Amino acid sequence: MRFLSQVMVITAKDLRAEMRTKEAINASFAFALVILLILSFAFDPTEETTREISGGLLWIVFTFAGTLVLNRSFARELPNDCLDALIAAPVPGAALFLGKALANFVLILAVEFVALPVFGIFYNVRWTRQFWPLMLVLVLGTWGLTSIGTIFSALTVNIRLREVMLPLLVYPVMIPMLLGAMRLSALLVAGQPVTGDDTVWFKLLFGFDIIYTALSLVLMETVLLG
Amino acid sequence: MSDAAVDCAGVWKFYGDYPALRDISFEVRPGACLALIGRNGAGKTTLLRILAGFSKPGKGQAHIFGQEPRNAEARRRIGFIGHGIAVYDELSAIENLRLFAKLYRLPNAESAAREWLERTGLDRVRDGLVREFSRGMRQRLAVARAFLHGPSVLLLDEPFTALDDRAVAVLQTVLRDALAAGRTVIMSTHQLREALELATHVALINRGRIAFHGERTDEMLSDPGWIYARYGES
Amino acid sequence: MRQKVIIVMLALVAILLARNLYAISMLPDEMRQGQIFRIIYFHVPAAAAAMTGSAVALVASVLFLVTKKFQYDALAVAVTEVGLAFLAVNLVTGSIWAHVIWGVWWAWDPRLTSALICWILYAGYMILRQALEEPTQRATFAAVYSIFAFTDVPIVYFSIRWWRTIHPQPVFFSKEGYFPPDWSRALAINMVAMFLLYAVLTMIRLRQEQTQREIDYLRRTVHAI
Repeated sequence: MRFLSQVMVITAKDLRAEMRTKEAINASFAFALVILLILSFAFDPTEETTREISGGLLWIVFTFAGTLVLNRSFARELPNDCLDALIAAPVPGAALFLGKALANFVLILAVEFVALPVFGIFYNVRWTRQFWPLMLVLVLGTWGLTSIGTIFSALTVNIRLREVMLPLLVYPVMIPMLLGAMRLSALLVAGQPVTGDDTVWFKLLFGFDIIYTALSLVLMETVLLG
Repeated sequence: MSDAAVDCAGVWKFYGDYPALRDISFEVRPGACLALIGRNGAGKTTLLRILAGFSKPGKGQAHIFGQEPRNAEARRRIGFIGHGIAVYDELSAIENLRLFAKLYRLPNAESAAREWLERTGLDRVRDGLVREFSRGMRQRLAVARAFLHGPSVLLLDEPFTALDDRAVAVLQTVLRDALAAGRTVIMSTHQLREALELATHVALINRGRIAFHGERTDEMLSDPGWIYARYGES
Repeated sequence: MRQKVIIVMLALVAILLARNLYAISMLPDEMRQGQIFRIIYFHVPAAAAAMTGSAVALVASVLFLVTKKFQYDALAVAVTEVGLAFLAVNLVTGSIWAHVIWGVWWAWDPRLTSALICWILYAGYMILRQALEEPTQRATFAAVYSIFAFTDVPIVYFSIRWWRTIHPQPVFFSKEGYFPPDWSRALAINMVAMFLLYAVLTMIRLRQEQTQREIDYLRRTVHAI
């Protein structure tokens, strides 16, 4: 209980600070739109075949735009040495991780909920046909991105080329999850239900999230004291 | 050992293979005020950060009231001021203090936050965002943050450096009150005068070792450079 | 002493490989693939050695986090770096193989694709290390990343396999085919030789790492004066 309330304090703090400046979220929105636009040139939305596979493209947008939010996550603790104060407080590293991860999750999800309708407009697809399964994929996939992105944000916070290092490290680890999310999204956006063989991807996403969340919770303290 | 407020036994700290702290052993009794002096790079900040629980010693042990600094109990009793003010620019003064009050699980978070804003002279700007504060106001808020949860041990890294006179006055008052209430203070400093006025004990760190540790004498007060001359290396 | 061990092991590797190369060239051609099938004697052991290396890296990383002893960090980086080289051998031989059999430089064979992703993962490890200067932080963060990377290896393997099961592609060789005993023996000997080579290279790299640390220490000491 106390653990959860401390998690909430941290999440609230991150969200409040972000809403005051809106630096990361605005950049993320803009970036998402730009990428969607550019993808429309590479994968022509007027062709029928492209529209069928377009669901997979969504995750390119989500991952790249999400990185901007994730980068800020620990970077915002650097000015004034705020990270010291957080580490000194009697808050377990796991609570710090979870608090920040939840804040990042909310922010990235917000960007996705804006990108999705725009995508629907550009690609002329009705992505609401399999709405709830698609939401499930969004939630599971975004949590995978967020959990790894948050702890890696702590790993890269002191590195000079942080903005490059974070995606460089996060994306390879996330490939299995991206694979599953893209395949599921491609199906669901095209309006087809997920059946038979393809349900294995849901299991993958679920397992991936659990494993990496657990690993991050355990290793966060080590990273903070590193 | 166990009734000391702060104690170190055989503490070494390595950066890679290089010992930044060598075989540090000392004790600080409750209610004492230790001025930690030494040149840049001598190890003052490293030592303070180990005492505050930010890093672990490579060898040896440090204790706060007999516990490891990283324990939740010990963390609650430690107040730390480092080189940064450790408050968020995007939040207001009261929001910052509320945040830390909640993280330290104070039962009366709101009133504790307001009380400390008053004590540091910031109650009129309590809803102002920290990024709009002057430097002196920021430093006073840092003091409020560190003392907010009523820590028994205060670890201050060069707290008087670059403070304006109002902030110096606030800090001195707050420290005197804390010492009068039986709290323990360790502060590293270059500003020998302000620190030595408050100090009951002095320790000199030189190249990672404690070169001197003893009571503060009047001789030191009148000639702060005396310690360096006697025990330090030029 | 260690020098001698390294030289003896290198000699052993050279002998094994020389003898094996002769033996391999004497073996008859494989039915469907012809000459190029012989590449398997290097392709598979390289991957096996690299995978074992990544497991050793995991153990070394965990041991470092627990004991804080830098020799484990040195082992982790040595084993990973050599592993990258061996994985690269696996990838290049796989690419050549694909080109000879199917005329493409890259077929999305599940094992090869997984190997590529693992290579990128561990290349990330090396890049992370390069970006961190302070030794304790570098060792700690690299160890944490190594744990994440190792956890990903089986997940990557299974996910790529599922991906390719749903849309099947040809594989280089399947377990169903008949693998005669003298072929198996040649493969086994090459395995031993490759593992030995891996160990030797790791030891040499370890030596290098130790020397580097000594230099860093001296540099910092001089700095303090």
